[in-house]
Amino acid sequence: MSPSDSRLKVSKNEAVTVVEFIDRNILDEGNIQAIGDEIAGLIDAEETPKLVISFDNVDHLSSAALGTLITINNKIRPKGGQLRLANIDPQIYEVFVITRLNKLFEIHDTTDDALSSFS
Amino acid sequence: MASDQSPDNAGTPADSGAVEIRQERGEIDAVEAAILSAAERKGFPSASLFAVRLAVEEAISNAFRHGHKGLDPSLSVKVEFRVSDQAAEISVEDQGPGFEPQEVPDPTLDENLELPSGRGLMLIRSYMSDVRHSNGGRRLEMRYDKPSNA
Repeated sequence: MSPSDSRLKVSKNEAVTVVEFIDRNILDEGNIQAIGDEIAGLIDAEETPKLVISFDNVDHLSSAALGTLITINNKIRPKGGQLRLANIDPQIYEVFVITRLNKLFEIHDTTDDALSSFS
Repeated sequence: MASDQSPDNAGTPADSGAVEIRQERGEIDAVEAAILSAAERKGFPSASLFAVRLAVEEAISNAFRHGHKGLDPSLSVKVEFRVSDQAAEISVEDQGPGFEPQEVPDPTLDENLELPSGRGLMLIRSYMSDVRHSNGGRRLEMRYDKPSNA
Protein backbone atom coordinates (compact mmCIF):
# COMPACT_ATOMS: atom_id res chain seq x y z
CA MET A 1 0.00 0.00 0.00
CA SER A 2 1.44 3.36 -0.94
CA PRO A 3 1.37 6.08 1.76
CA SER A 4 -1.21 8.01 -0.25
CA ASP A 5 -3.65 5.08 0.01
CA SER A 6 -3.36 4.91 3.78
CA ARG A 7 -6.40 5.66 5.93
CA LEU A 8 -4.12 6.06 8.97
CA LYS A 9 -1.59 8.43 10.49
CA VAL A 10 1.11 6.34 12.15
CA SER A 11 3.78 7.67 14.51
CA LYS A 12 6.27 6.23 16.96
CA ASN A 13 6.67 7.28 20.58
CA GLU A 14 9.72 5.35 21.79
CA ALA A 15 8.62 1.68 21.63
CA VAL A 16 4.93 2.48 21.16
CA THR A 17 3.20 2.80 17.80
CA VAL A 18 0.42 5.42 17.77
CA VAL A 19 -2.27 5.09 15.13
CA GLU A 20 -4.79 7.81 14.28
CA PHE A 21 -7.53 7.78 11.67
CA ILE A 22 -7.77 10.13 8.71
CA ASP A 23 -11.51 9.60 8.27
CA ARG A 24 -14.13 11.03 10.61
CA ASN A 25 -16.48 8.16 9.83
CA ILE A 26 -15.22 4.58 9.97
CA LEU A 27 -18.15 2.89 8.29
CA ASP A 28 -17.19 1.73 4.83
CA GLU A 29 -16.45 -1.99 4.77
CA GLY A 30 -13.69 -1.62 2.19
CA ASN A 31 -11.97 1.07 4.26
CA ILE A 32 -12.36 -0.97 7.45
CA GLN A 33 -10.75 -3.94 5.73
CA ALA A 34 -7.88 -1.73 4.54
CA ILE A 35 -7.43 -0.26 8.04
CA GLY A 36 -7.36 -3.77 9.55
CA ASP A 37 -4.78 -4.93 7.02
CA GLU A 38 -2.59 -1.89 7.59
CA ILE A 39 -2.64 -2.26 11.38
CA ALA A 40 -2.00 -6.01 11.01
CA GLY A 41 1.14 -5.06 9.08
CA LEU A 42 2.25 -2.80 11.94
CA ILE A 43 1.72 -5.64 14.42
CA ASP A 44 3.63 -8.11 12.23
CA ALA A 45 6.57 -5.70 12.08
CA GLU A 46 7.06 -5.72 15.89
CA GLU A 47 8.29 -8.57 18.04
CA THR A 48 6.20 -7.41 21.02
CA PRO A 49 3.84 -4.79 19.63
CA LYS A 50 2.71 -1.90 21.81
CA LEU A 51 -0.05 -0.02 20.08
CA VAL A 52 -2.23 2.99 20.86
CA ILE A 53 -5.23 3.53 18.59
CA SER A 54 -6.51 7.10 18.94
CA PHE A 55 -10.06 7.96 17.89
CA ASP A 56 -9.49 11.70 17.99
CA ASN A 57 -11.77 13.31 15.36
CA VAL A 58 -13.73 10.08 14.76
CA ASP A 59 -17.47 10.81 14.79
CA HIS A 60 -18.96 7.47 13.75
CA LEU A 61 -17.86 3.88 14.05
CA SER A 62 -19.73 0.84 12.77
CA SER A 63 -19.94 -2.60 14.34
CA ALA A 64 -17.72 -3.84 11.50
CA ALA A 65 -15.03 -1.46 12.79
CA LEU A 66 -15.52 -2.86 16.31
CA GLY A 67 -14.99 -6.32 14.82
CA THR A 68 -11.72 -5.19 13.29
CA LEU A 69 -10.56 -3.85 16.67
CA ILE A 70 -11.26 -7.27 18.18
CA THR A 71 -9.32 -8.97 15.40
CA ILE A 72 -6.40 -6.57 16.04
CA ASN A 73 -6.52 -7.34 19.76
CA ASN A 74 -6.56 -11.08 19.03
CA LYS A 75 -3.49 -10.63 16.85
CA ILE A 76 -1.51 -8.62 19.42
CA ARG A 77 -2.10 -10.80 22.49
CA PRO A 78 -0.39 -14.03 21.30
CA LYS A 79 2.76 -11.96 20.70
CA GLY A 80 2.69 -10.68 24.28
CA GLY A 81 1.86 -7.22 22.97
CA GLN A 82 -0.44 -4.57 24.40
CA LEU A 83 -3.24 -2.51 22.88
CA ARG A 84 -4.69 0.73 24.24
CA LEU A 85 -7.56 2.80 22.85
CA ALA A 86 -7.75 6.55 23.45
CA ASN A 87 -9.65 9.79 22.69
CA ILE A 88 -13.01 8.11 22.20
CA ASP A 89 -15.92 10.51 21.78
CA PRO A 90 -18.55 10.06 24.55
CA GLN A 91 -21.23 8.96 22.06
CA ILE A 92 -18.90 6.31 20.60
CA TYR A 93 -17.79 5.27 24.08
CA GLU A 94 -21.43 4.48 24.80
CA VAL A 95 -21.31 1.99 21.91
CA PHE A 96 -18.39 0.29 23.65
CA VAL A 97 -20.40 0.18 26.89
CA ILE A 98 -23.55 -1.21 25.22
CA THR A 99 -21.53 -3.96 23.54
CA ARG A 100 -19.45 -4.47 26.74
CA LEU A 101 -16.30 -3.99 24.71
CA ASN A 102 -15.16 -1.45 27.33
CA LYS A 103 -14.46 -4.62 29.38
CA LEU A 104 -12.36 -6.17 26.61
CA PHE A 105 -10.26 -3.11 25.72
CA GLU A 106 -8.15 -0.86 27.91
CA ILE A 107 -9.47 2.60 27.13
CA HIS A 108 -7.83 5.89 28.14
CA ASP A 109 -9.04 9.48 27.90
CA THR A 110 -5.98 10.75 26.04
CA THR A 111 -3.06 9.42 24.00
CA ASP A 112 -0.68 10.65 26.74
CA ASP A 113 -2.59 8.66 29.38
CA ALA A 114 -2.44 5.60 27.11
CA LEU A 115 1.30 6.05 26.49
CA SER A 116 2.08 6.32 30.20
CA SER A 117 0.05 3.16 30.94
CA PHE A 118 2.46 0.78 29.22
CA SER A 119 4.46 -1.42 31.54
CA MET B 1 -29.83 5.43 -6.51
CA ALA B 2 -33.24 4.63 -7.93
CA SER B 3 -35.83 6.64 -6.10
CA ASP B 4 -39.55 7.06 -6.02
CA GLN B 5 -39.10 9.76 -3.45
CA SER B 6 -41.45 12.55 -4.35
CA PRO B 7 -40.78 15.87 -2.66
CA ASP B 8 -43.74 18.22 -2.42
CA ASN B 9 -41.94 20.84 -4.44
CA ALA B 10 -39.01 20.52 -6.76
CA GLY B 11 -35.85 21.06 -4.73
CA THR B 12 -37.59 20.69 -1.37
CA PRO B 13 -36.14 17.84 0.67
CA ALA B 14 -38.67 15.15 1.59
CA ASP B 15 -39.52 13.93 5.09
CA SER B 16 -40.32 10.53 3.64
CA GLY B 17 -39.08 8.40 0.82
CA ALA B 18 -38.42 4.95 -0.57
CA VAL B 19 -35.19 4.14 -2.36
CA GLU B 20 -33.48 1.08 -3.76
CA ILE B 21 -29.76 1.21 -3.02
CA ARG B 22 -26.81 -0.86 -4.17
CA GLN B 23 -23.84 -1.77 -2.01
CA GLU B 24 -21.95 1.40 -2.79
CA ARG B 25 -20.85 3.93 -0.22
CA GLY B 26 -22.22 6.88 -2.17
CA GLU B 27 -25.73 5.39 -2.31
CA ILE B 28 -25.66 4.42 1.38
CA ASP B 29 -24.42 7.90 2.35
CA ALA B 30 -27.14 9.53 0.23
CA VAL B 31 -30.04 7.73 1.91
CA GLU B 32 -28.52 8.28 5.36
CA ALA B 33 -28.13 11.97 4.57
CA ALA B 34 -31.77 12.18 3.42
CA ILE B 35 -33.01 10.59 6.66
CA LEU B 36 -30.73 12.65 8.90
CA SER B 37 -31.51 15.95 7.22
CA ALA B 38 -35.24 15.19 7.61
CA ALA B 39 -34.67 14.44 11.30
CA GLU B 40 -32.61 17.59 11.70
CA ARG B 41 -35.41 19.67 10.16
CA LYS B 42 -37.82 18.10 12.64
CA GLY B 43 -35.60 19.19 15.52
CA PHE B 44 -34.10 15.86 16.55
CA PRO B 45 -31.13 16.58 18.87
CA SER B 46 -27.60 15.49 18.00
CA ALA B 47 -27.72 12.40 20.25
CA SER B 48 -30.83 11.28 18.36
CA LEU B 49 -29.15 11.86 15.01
CA PHE B 50 -26.21 9.74 16.20
CA ALA B 51 -28.59 6.95 17.22
CA VAL B 52 -30.58 7.03 13.98
CA ARG B 53 -27.47 7.12 11.82
CA LEU B 54 -25.93 4.21 13.70
CA ALA B 55 -29.07 2.09 13.41
CA VAL B 56 -29.56 2.84 9.70
CA GLU B 57 -25.90 2.11 8.99
CA GLU B 58 -26.04 -1.21 10.85
CA ALA B 59 -29.36 -2.23 9.27
CA ILE B 60 -28.10 -1.54 5.74
CA SER B 61 -24.77 -3.21 6.48
CA ASN B 62 -26.55 -6.31 7.81
CA ALA B 63 -28.83 -6.43 4.76
CA PHE B 64 -25.89 -6.55 2.35
CA ARG B 65 -23.39 -8.46 4.49
CA HIS B 66 -25.66 -11.12 5.97
CA GLY B 67 -28.94 -10.87 4.03
CA HIS B 68 -27.26 -11.06 0.63
CA LYS B 69 -24.33 -13.27 1.69
CA GLY B 70 -23.27 -15.44 -1.23
CA LEU B 71 -25.78 -13.78 -3.56
CA ASP B 72 -25.34 -11.48 -6.54
CA PRO B 73 -23.49 -8.42 -5.11
CA SER B 74 -25.48 -6.15 -7.41
CA LEU B 75 -28.75 -7.00 -5.62
CA SER B 76 -30.36 -3.90 -4.15
CA VAL B 77 -31.77 -3.22 -0.71
CA LYS B 78 -34.93 -1.18 -0.23
CA VAL B 79 -34.91 1.60 2.35
CA GLU B 80 -38.09 3.43 3.29
CA PHE B 81 -38.30 6.27 5.78
CA ARG B 82 -40.78 8.69 7.27
CA VAL B 83 -39.78 11.37 9.72
CA SER B 84 -42.38 13.31 11.69
CA ASP B 85 -42.21 15.75 14.60
CA GLN B 86 -42.57 12.76 16.92
CA ALA B 87 -40.53 9.94 15.43
CA ALA B 88 -38.34 8.58 12.66
CA GLU B 89 -39.59 5.33 11.12
CA ILE B 90 -37.21 3.44 8.87
CA SER B 91 -37.42 0.06 7.19
CA VAL B 92 -34.68 -1.87 5.42
CA GLU B 93 -35.53 -4.89 3.28
CA ASP B 94 -33.16 -7.26 1.52
CA GLN B 95 -33.78 -9.90 -1.14
CA GLY B 96 -31.99 -12.75 0.62
CA PRO B 97 -33.31 -15.98 2.16
CA GLY B 98 -34.20 -14.32 5.48
CA PHE B 99 -33.15 -15.32 8.99
CA GLU B 100 -34.49 -16.06 12.46
CA PRO B 101 -33.70 -12.97 14.59
CA GLN B 102 -33.98 -14.93 17.85
CA GLU B 103 -31.18 -17.25 16.72
CA VAL B 104 -28.59 -14.46 16.61
CA PRO B 105 -26.29 -15.08 19.61
CA ASP B 106 -26.03 -12.41 22.30
CA PRO B 107 -22.68 -10.69 21.59
CA THR B 108 -22.45 -9.31 25.13
CA LEU B 109 -22.13 -12.75 26.77
CA ASP B 110 -18.61 -13.41 28.07
CA GLU B 111 -18.15 -16.32 25.68
CA ASN B 112 -19.05 -14.15 22.67
CA LEU B 113 -17.21 -10.97 23.65
CA GLU B 114 -14.22 -11.70 21.41
CA LEU B 115 -16.24 -12.65 18.34
CA PRO B 116 -15.53 -10.10 15.63
CA SER B 117 -19.12 -9.90 14.35
CA GLY B 118 -22.73 -10.04 15.53
CA ARG B 119 -23.15 -6.63 17.19
CA GLY B 120 -25.18 -4.76 14.58
CA LEU B 121 -28.62 -6.03 15.53
CA MET B 122 -28.11 -5.58 19.26
CA LEU B 123 -26.93 -2.00 18.68
CA ILE B 124 -30.06 -1.31 16.61
CA ARG B 125 -32.22 -2.72 19.42
CA SER B 126 -30.32 -0.67 22.00
CA TYR B 127 -30.68 2.66 20.24
CA MET B 128 -34.14 2.37 18.66
CA SER B 129 -37.48 2.72 20.48
CA ASP B 130 -39.02 -0.23 18.62
CA VAL B 131 -37.63 -2.88 16.25
CA ARG B 132 -39.66 -5.45 14.32
CA HIS B 133 -38.83 -8.11 11.77
CA SER B 134 -41.15 -9.34 9.03
CA ASN B 135 -41.10 -11.15 5.70
CA GLY B 136 -39.09 -14.02 7.18
CA GLY B 137 -36.40 -11.71 8.58
CA ARG B 138 -35.81 -9.93 5.27
CA ARG B 139 -37.50 -6.74 6.42
CA LEU B 140 -36.49 -4.79 9.50
CA GLU B 141 -38.73 -1.99 10.69
CA MET B 142 -37.50 0.39 13.33
CA ARG B 143 -38.81 3.49 15.04
CA TYR B 144 -36.98 6.13 17.00
CA ASP B 145 -39.13 8.38 19.18
CA LYS B 146 -37.88 11.92 19.43
CA PRO B 147 -37.19 12.79 23.09
CA SER B 148 -40.11 14.77 24.49
CA ASN B 149 -37.80 17.50 25.82
CA ALA B 150 -36.17 18.07 22.40
